[in-house]
Amino acid sequence: MRVRSALSFVTAALALAALSSAAPGADTVDPAHEAKAFQDFFTKKFPKVKFEDFVNGPYSMNEDMRKQWEEKEQFPPYEFALEAGKEMFATPFKNGKTYADCFANGGIGVRQNYPYFDEKEGKVVTLELALNKCREVNGEAAFSYVKEEMASLTAYMAYTSRGKPFDIKIPNDPRALEAFEKGKEYFYTRRGQLNFSCASCHVQNPGERIRAEILAPALGILNAMPIYRSEWSGMGTISRRFTTCNSQIRGVPLEPQSEEYRDLEYYLSYVSNGLPISGPGARP
Amino acid sequence: MSDRRRLAMKKIMFAAIMVVAAAMPARAASEADFKAAFAAADSAEKDAGRLRNQWTTTEAALTAAKKAAEAGNFDQAVKSAQEAEALAKASIFQATSEKERWKDLEIR
Repeated sequence: MRVRSALSFVTAALALAALSSAAPGADTVDPAHEAKAFQDFFTKKFPKVKFEDFVNGPYSMNEDMRKQWEEKEQFPPYEFALEAGKEMFATPFKNGKTYADCFANGGIGVRQNYPYFDEKEGKVVTLELALNKCREVNGEAAFSYVKEEMASLTAYMAYTSRGKPFDIKIPNDPRALEAFEKGKEYFYTRRGQLNFSCASCHVQNPGERIRAEILAPALGILNAMPIYRSEWSGMGTISRRFTTCNSQIRGVPLEPQSEEYRDLEYYLSYVSNGLPISGPGARP
Repeated sequence: MSDRRRLAMKKIMFAAIMVVAAAMPARAASEADFKAAFAAADSAEKDAGRLRNQWTTTEAALTAAKKAAEAGNFDQAVKSAQEAEALAKASIFQATSEKERWKDLEIR
């Protein structure tokens, strides 16, 4: 009898152990699994939209807007910024070096690898941050993260990377996983007096109108950055987009390129892995 | 005077005082009232800042309070400061409750 109960105990313990190793706990972070679930959510919600088309934001959701956009693309409003960015990129700093010296492959066709987690610095490095870091190490003053110069530079770098799929990596480093998790938390957290999260608009209501705008899906939302917005009458960086989103919901924006925004960019870019870079873009 | 009558008199006196008090205009707010109300609002807003969740409307109410005080309108200044404090406390509540609630929206 004693042997029998001992056997039952061992069997139960083994079964429990097997269960706990097979099913990851609720707190286990599995970015690849999460990215797949994220992408599946949108492809199921919009079965008629081709996967690659999600990078076109509202134009993938509304036929009329798409036609207008296609016509606009013949003389795209971001063209001036693109030209300016190309010139700035090639112009040497006072010390004779250029942006190309700071980036792999001379900075051409590398947009899809940003942001990345820098294990030495222990933080997420976005393209905007890397550009300013490049300026500073070469003795130049940093650009504003929300103004035209930065948008022009990132527009040019995005343009040279068009068609290349987002390839964001999360190294086997608990700090990188934490940054991914924090980015996700920021994305889903309601804030501002209007009590909106990023997900309220871009997960729960893509394709719907908010006033005169058609909301873009979160999937692929950063692939077209930076963007020319007619509403702004100018170009906007990712930093500008994040800060204005916050103020639109009556939240005080954080400092551009603060840890929260960089983590958010890391999360949003990672879950769009596989989608092509389409920036610079144009939005109403 | 009987006890009953004394009690009735007391009740009448109390009612009369209440009527007079209600009819009198409320005391105008002073600079000290504004300073106290503003300090409370500012402290709550700093707490919201530590939670990285300030609202633009709180900031606007704080600015309005300061402007009203500078113009010597302490009634309005106190009112705006109290509004700012209420908004700051609401943003703190939001940030605190969202620490777990954000997970309800997560795509899994």
